Amino acid sequence: MSKPLVRIENVSFSYVGQHTPALKNISFDIFEGEWLAIVGHNGSGKSTLAKLLNGLQFPQQGSIEVCGVTLSEDTVWDVRENVGMVFQNPDNQFVGTTVRDDVAFGLENHGIPRETMVERVQTSLDKVNMGTFLNQEPHHLSGGQKQRVAIAGVLALQPSIIILDEATSMLDPKGRAEVIKTVRELKDRENITVISITHDLEEAAKADRIIVMNKGELYREGTPEEIFEMDEELIKLGLDIPFPVKMSKIMREKGITLTKSYLTEEELVTELWTSHSKM
Amino acid sequence: MMEKMIFGRYVPGDSILHRMDPRSKLIIVFLFVIVVFIANNVLTYGVLAAYTLIMVSLSRIPLRFLYGGLKPVFFLVIFTFLLHIFMTKEGDVIFELGWLQIYEEGLRQGIFISLRFLLLILITSLLTLTTTPIEITDGLETLLNPLKKLKFPVHELALMMSISLRFIPTLMQETDKIMKAQTARGVEYNSGPIKDRIKAIVPLLIPLFISSFKRAEELAVAMEARGYKGGEGRTKYRLLTWGMPDTMMILFLAAVTVLLIVLRG
Repeated sequence: MSKPLVRIENVSFSYVGQHTPALKNISFDIFEGEWLAIVGHNGSGKSTLAKLLNGLQFPQQGSIEVCGVTLSEDTVWDVRENVGMVFQNPDNQFVGTTVRDDVAFGLENHGIPRETMVERVQTSLDKVNMGTFLNQEPHHLSGGQKQRVAIAGVLALQPSIIILDEATSMLDPKGRAEVIKTVRELKDRENITVISITHDLEEAAKADRIIVMNKGELYREGTPEEIFEMDEELIKLGLDIPFPVKMSKIMREKGITLTKSYLTEEELVTELWTSHSKM
Repeated sequence: MMEKMIFGRYVPGDSILHRMDPRSKLIIVFLFVIVVFIANNVLTYGVLAAYTLIMVSLSRIPLRFLYGGLKPVFFLVIFTFLLHIFMTKEGDVIFELGWLQIYEEGLRQGIFISLRFLLLILITSLLTLTTTPIEITDGLETLLNPLKKLKFPVHELALMMSISLRFIPTLMQETDKIMKAQTARGVEYNSGPIKDRIKAIVPLLIPLFISSFKRAEELAVAMEARGYKGGEGRTKYRLLTWGMPDTMMILFLAAVTVLLIVLRG
């Protein structure tokens, strides 16, 4: 976490024909190599924020700077090369008729020469463990596999930032785990900054930093541990606390002492089966 | 019925026809459609039939498969034959049964025209059987490229075709899902009077339409996010390679054409 990669300054945005603004005077920085989760209830403005970062919408007030470039109509195509985005519905972002064509789509758009394309299609598919699916058609793939292809499509353009806009919300638990594992590996190996927009706090628990959005405002910012301390407050915001956190809390209320509050099930289980019963 | 239909279906294989460039195949089919009309006697039709048979054997598609798939079309061929045999009243009467008279010219016309029809179907089927739809799209895009100068949206047309092809299976799956959902709610698709069955399509089509529009919108946003800004400055990933066999095949058809013109009565 060195220098800020994205700077968002006093950004406000409202959709045409809507009275309440979707975003109200938001400012924060995103640092290089971090995993940032943006959580919030439906209509909290988290998806709008994602669209602003990729220049799919422009703020009415304030400015957004991505990798040193201020986002505007003129710079939007350069910014999009740096910011890849994976959307919610696995089917509705699959453009090509086969896996390799879909990965190549983004490269074709940016006018990359063919020899480079062939190489990058293969390497980026290998990175998401889909290297053997080159000629598969989308309807033969599972949701998780399609999302991994979408990630490969983003990787092929060698971006510095990947935005996951609810990318796991339509997947089954297996697909979700697959996608999260892939992103985690990529982040560690390629030093890519990940912004995951989600309402799934289990997913957010794996992030380095969480930003909680509510009604278009930045409600709270902190590490997962700090955020889950909020407890009741989170539930009031329409978010659910992850199961291990809830479990730790209940056990503490029952008088079972745990060394800390756990964010993942495995950690909690490990603590439980290794601890001595004092009852 | 749909599973049996051969038209527009691709059969994977590794024959010379499979390996040919889609452009040359499209050119050949286009030329063949014109060349077919040169034939006007037994000899020339024989040459055409021989050409078609050579192509069929080169494709290495099992004859039984071809025959099974073309069955629904045979009905049309026979219909054409009967229409000509009864409607043409020229030449000598060769057969008479009560009011029914068959003329020599009628028989000739019937055989020739239904044969012409059959050959056309065979050659065009060979194109779709040995070329994937996306290859055909690519081939068309390159062949139509000169039309860009006339402001004809070639790239957009090709993209539309390939996206449609991409979404056919997705929409089929969705149709199936909606049908099941509606069946669970008491809609009957496979029984009852025709009128009710047609009515049952409405609660199938409406959700399908709504979701298609939603898909289209999301797809457009996803494409934009991935840097799509129209055909300008785009490179192509799929590569079409024109080889020796492509030139040879076109020359072969040209030779057949010359032969047809010479033998023409």
